[in-house]
Amino acid sequence: MTALALTVNDSATMLRRNLKRAVRYPGLTVIVAALPIVFLLLFVFVFGGTLGAGLGLPAGGRAEYLAYVVPGILVLAITGGAQGTAIGIAMDMTEGIIARFRTMSIARASVLTGHVVGAVIQTMVGLALVVAVALLIGFRPEANAVEWLAVIGVLGMTSFALSWLSVAMGLWTRTVEAASNVPMPLMLLPFFGSGFVPVESMPAGLRWFAEHQPFTPIIETVRGLLTGTAIGSSGLVATAWCAGIALVGYLWARRNYERRPAR
Amino acid sequence: MNPAIAVTGLRKSFGPKVVLDALDLTVPEGTVFALLGPNGAGKTTTVDILSTLTPADGGEVRIAGHDLHRDPAAVRSAIALTGQFSAVDTLLTGRENLRLMSDLNHLGRKEGQRRADDLLERFDLVEAADKVPAMYSGGMRRRLDLAMGLMADPRVVFLDEPTTGLDPRSRRAMWDIVRGLVADGGTILLTTQYLEEADQLADRIGVLDAGRLVAEGTADELKRMVPGSHVRLEFAGPEPLRRAAHALGIAPADEGSLALEVPGDGSVAALKSLLARLDDAGVDVAGLTVHTPDLDDVFLALTGRPTPAEVTA
Repeated sequence: MTALALTVNDSATMLRRNLKRAVRYPGLTVIVAALPIVFLLLFVFVFGGTLGAGLGLPAGGRAEYLAYVVPGILVLAITGGAQGTAIGIAMDMTEGIIARFRTMSIARASVLTGHVVGAVIQTMVGLALVVAVALLIGFRPEANAVEWLAVIGVLGMTSFALSWLSVAMGLWTRTVEAASNVPMPLMLLPFFGSGFVPVESMPAGLRWFAEHQPFTPIIETVRGLLTGTAIGSSGLVATAWCAGIALVGYLWARRNYERRPAR
Repeated sequence: MNPAIAVTGLRKSFGPKVVLDALDLTVPEGTVFALLGPNGAGKTTTVDILSTLTPADGGEVRIAGHDLHRDPAAVRSAIALTGQFSAVDTLLTGRENLRLMSDLNHLGRKEGQRRADDLLERFDLVEAADKVPAMYSGGMRRRLDLAMGLMADPRVVFLDEPTTGLDPRSRRAMWDIVRGLVADGGTILLTTQYLEEADQLADRIGVLDAGRLVAEGTADELKRMVPGSHVRLEFAGPEPLRRAAHALGIAPADEGSLALEVPGDGSVAALKSLLARLDDAGVDVAGLTVHTPDLDDVFLALTGRPTPAEVTA
C-alpha cells in the first residue's frame, strides 16, 4: 500500500473505533445537542419577544427572533461539539491503548484524523437535532435545496476546523478536567458576534471585535443562506478563517501528539 | 545468527535524574530474557525506549535487525508491547479489540477472524469475547492485552511486569502463555520484580540496578555468583557428630544441635568428595540437604542495599 492509502485505511479504522465508542457512550453526543436546544428554547421563549422587537426589522417579535437566532445557536452547538471533542481525546489519551497505537506500525496521524472526522459526524448529527427542534417550534427558513447543501457545507467546514483546534487543545491539556475548560472561550465567542443580537447594537470597541472575529462571518453566511439576508464577502472570509483555524489546529495537534510523553 | 535485541551503551536521563546509565543488553532469537530489578531501576524506561515510545539520549539499539533510531517503523512492525497498564479499548468488546488490531495490521477480514478466534481460544477468552473489558477480571484483561499484541504475529514481544497485580492463579495462567510463546519461536523481553517469575520463565536474567546491569546469566549462574552455598549434614547422635566434625575439621553449626554446615559451591563434585571423606571416617549421616542461595539472596548481594523506594520512605 502507498503511504496515502495506508493513512486513509488506518484513519478509517480509527474513525470506526470512534463512532463505535460514540454509540456506546452516547452521553457526550446528547450533551452536545442538548445544551444548544436549551439555549434555543431559552432565547426564543424567554428573551425572544423583547429581543425580536430590537432587531430593527419592520415587524419584530418572537417569530422574527427565532429566524434570527438559529444560525447563532447552530454555531454555538459546533463549539459545544468542539468541547466534547477535546474531552474525548483527553479521555482517550489517559487510556493505555494510545501507547499501544504508538508502538504499532500504523499511519501516525490516523489516531487524530479518526477523532476529527468522528467529531464532525457527531456534531452534524447534533446540529440536525437542533434544526429539527427549531423547525418544530416554528422556524421556517426560505432556503432551497442548494442553499441547504451550502449550509451543511459551511457548518461542516466550521466543525472540521474547530475539531482540529479542539483535538490540539485536548492533547495540550494534561487532564480531562482541563480539556473541558480550555475550549470554554470558544463557546462564548458566538455571543460576542452576530449570533444573538446584531453587532450594530454593541458599543464601539466590542462592535469592532464582533465584526472581526471568525464566528461573525460564519454566522452571517449561514443566516444569509437560510433567511435570505445579505452575505456579501462573509462566505469568503468564513472560508479563510476555517482554513486558517484548521491548519493551525492540525499542526498544533500533530506537534502535541508527537511530543506527548509515553505514558 | 543476529540477536533479536542488541543494545549497547543505552543512556536516558529525565532532567538531572539518570535512569539508564550505559546499558548493554543482548537477547538471542527465540529466548526469554528477564530484566529483574526493584522499582525505579529503569525497567519500564528500557521497555519504553525499545518499543519506540520514548526516545533515548544515546546508545545503539537494534531490534529484529532494524536500527531503532533510523527505522522506528520497521521496529514497530516487528514488536508487540504489553505494559503494566492495560492497553485495551474499554468501550469495545474483546473481539472488537482484536478486530481493531486486525484492521490496523491490515490482515484482511478472514485472516483477522481466524487469528482472533485462535487467540481467544488459547487465552481462555471465548466466553468473554463479546463483553467489554469492564466486566473482565485483571487476569482476563491482561490476557486480552497480550492477545491484541499477538494479532500482528510479532517477532519480539515486550512484557512489562506482565503479572504485577494478578492473583496467583492468573499469574500461573500468564506464565503458561509466555512459555507457549517461546515454544512458537518468539523472543521475549520481560521485566519483573518477582524473582520467582524470572526463575520460572527466563533463559537468561539481567539484574538491573540504577540503570545498569549489575549481573547477567542463567538463574543458576546468578545463584552461584553469591557465597552462601552449604551442605547441611544431620547425625543420629553426638558421637557421629563429633567424629564427622573432627574428620572435616569444622565445628558444629550451633551447640546442642546434631548438625554440621559445610561450606561449598554446592556442585556434585564437591558433594561426592565430601561424602567420600565421611565414608573414610566411617561416619553415618542421618540426613543431608544442599542449600543454594535463591534469587532473593542474589538480588540482595548484588545490589547490596535497600530499594530506592525504601530509602526515600
